[in-house]
Amino acid sequence: MKKLTAAFLVTVMCIGLTACGGQSEEPAESEETDAAAEEQTEEAAPEDKGTLMMATTTSTEDTGLLDYLQPLFKEDTGWDLEWTAVGTGEALAMGESGDVDVVLVHAKSSEEEFVAEGYGVERFPVMYNDFIVVGPSSPIEKTDDINAVFTQIINDQLPFVSRGDDSGTDKKEKGIWEELGLDPATDPNYVESGQGMGATITMADEQQAYCLTDRGTWLKQSQDATLDYQLDIVCEGNDSLLNQYGVIAVNPEKYPEVNNEGANDFIEWICSDEVQKLIGEYGVEEYGQALFTPNAGTDA
Amino acid sequence: MLEWLKSVVSDPDILSAVRVTFTMAVCSTGIASVLGITFGLMLERFRFPGKKIVIRLNRTLMGSPPVVVGLIVYLLLMRRGPLGPLSLLFTIQGMVIAQTMIITPIICGMIYSYLRRSAPSIREFAVTMGATRWQTTRLIIRELRKEIYFCMVTGFGRSISEVGAVMLVGGNIRGRTRTMTTTISLLKSQGIFTEGVALGILLLLMAFVLQWICDMLQREEMEHENY
Repeated sequence: MKKLTAAFLVTVMCIGLTACGGQSEEPAESEETDAAAEEQTEEAAPEDKGTLMMATTTSTEDTGLLDYLQPLFKEDTGWDLEWTAVGTGEALAMGESGDVDVVLVHAKSSEEEFVAEGYGVERFPVMYNDFIVVGPSSPIEKTDDINAVFTQIINDQLPFVSRGDDSGTDKKEKGIWEELGLDPATDPNYVESGQGMGATITMADEQQAYCLTDRGTWLKQSQDATLDYQLDIVCEGNDSLLNQYGVIAVNPEKYPEVNNEGANDFIEWICSDEVQKLIGEYGVEEYGQALFTPNAGTDA
Repeated sequence: MLEWLKSVVSDPDILSAVRVTFTMAVCSTGIASVLGITFGLMLERFRFPGKKIVIRLNRTLMGSPPVVVGLIVYLLLMRRGPLGPLSLLFTIQGMVIAQTMIITPIICGMIYSYLRRSAPSIREFAVTMGATRWQTTRLIIRELRKEIYFCMVTGFGRSISEVGAVMLVGGNIRGRTRTMTTTISLLKSQGIFTEGVALGILLLLMAFVLQWICDMLQREEMEHENY
């Protein structure tokens, strides 16, 4: 009996190993074919330069924009772009400790502070998307007046789910309350999820609450969710809801070991007319509308 | 250092996280102990078809990944789930349900293995002395009380250190369902490390105290045997 059990365990492990092996072989094979293809077009493709590490916000990853841009960047410049998608606060903290080469985030004042303190070289605007408020379609009726929506939420003590994680979206939301002179803590139905945008939208759906989200994450989430969200857009189209992304190279004077050459290549590349056009077209096919509006070269 | 710890310990958010963690751990360990010990006793006492499968299932559940349990409980409690009308999602009660599902198999499995070792001889003794079934069970529990404490302490330790299920079911809502572990996870995501480390130290201290209690129980037991 014991021998049989042992034999069974060994078999299971072998199957497991082969399965894992099979999985890891696949990308290797495709890499090989990629390499072969590269060899054929050697004149066009630049040489392999190494990896460029970026810290960015969850929205650029959740919308799939980075997955779309990464191979194009590699093709054009030869750098392997790798990234970690976290909140704006953490992304900037990673830049401050020199753990990444470049940051792509959306909280202009924090970004300017990051540069002023000498952690970043210079901030370049890249693109924007916009924030929207989603929630049940009653009692709040669809409008473009964000101030009215936020005031009604406090006055009627409506449920609201905040990120509460110091991310760019969270900072935006806190900024609106502050501007209106309202204290969300006076609403007993105001909660802080302390989680990412996706988890927060799901929680708002569960609680039939309102929440502020970027449009890209909302479009993708509401399309991919297993159970359709019972939420609608209740506020959109206000100028104050624009969400500006900026890209900053981590200062090589502070951290000589960062890949500044790659970072500069990336900034130049993403701000180029050609890539800006690609960003403007991204998502139109899948979601029927563009997720980001390029605006490099402006003073946004 | 001391002042830094003081400022961290007096932070209302951190105090609330400690309170939530303890409420949840005490409730879930209590419920799981009653259920786990009862199941363990029944499993040892009765013979029934499929008993082997039940034991094997129990051992599997002892190592069940908390996020999976969290997901199952989430699906049960969500607004459109079977228990949705109770609106227990994102509450401490919901977290206790998930934790109980994680800890009960652990306590049950541990109790069962202790019982299998020592219950037959205790029972034999009790039967010779003419004890009733109820008296026998009480004697077994009395004789194994150290082991039972040990199981409960293990369950409690598991409960305060768990993060996956409480994040899913509790939702990490500030001041309501945010525990020490989910606070650490959030602080890390904000790039704030000092408070995270302080909470980590607090959790480690708790683990140390628990381990110390376990150790004392075992030592006492050994001394007892030396008589």
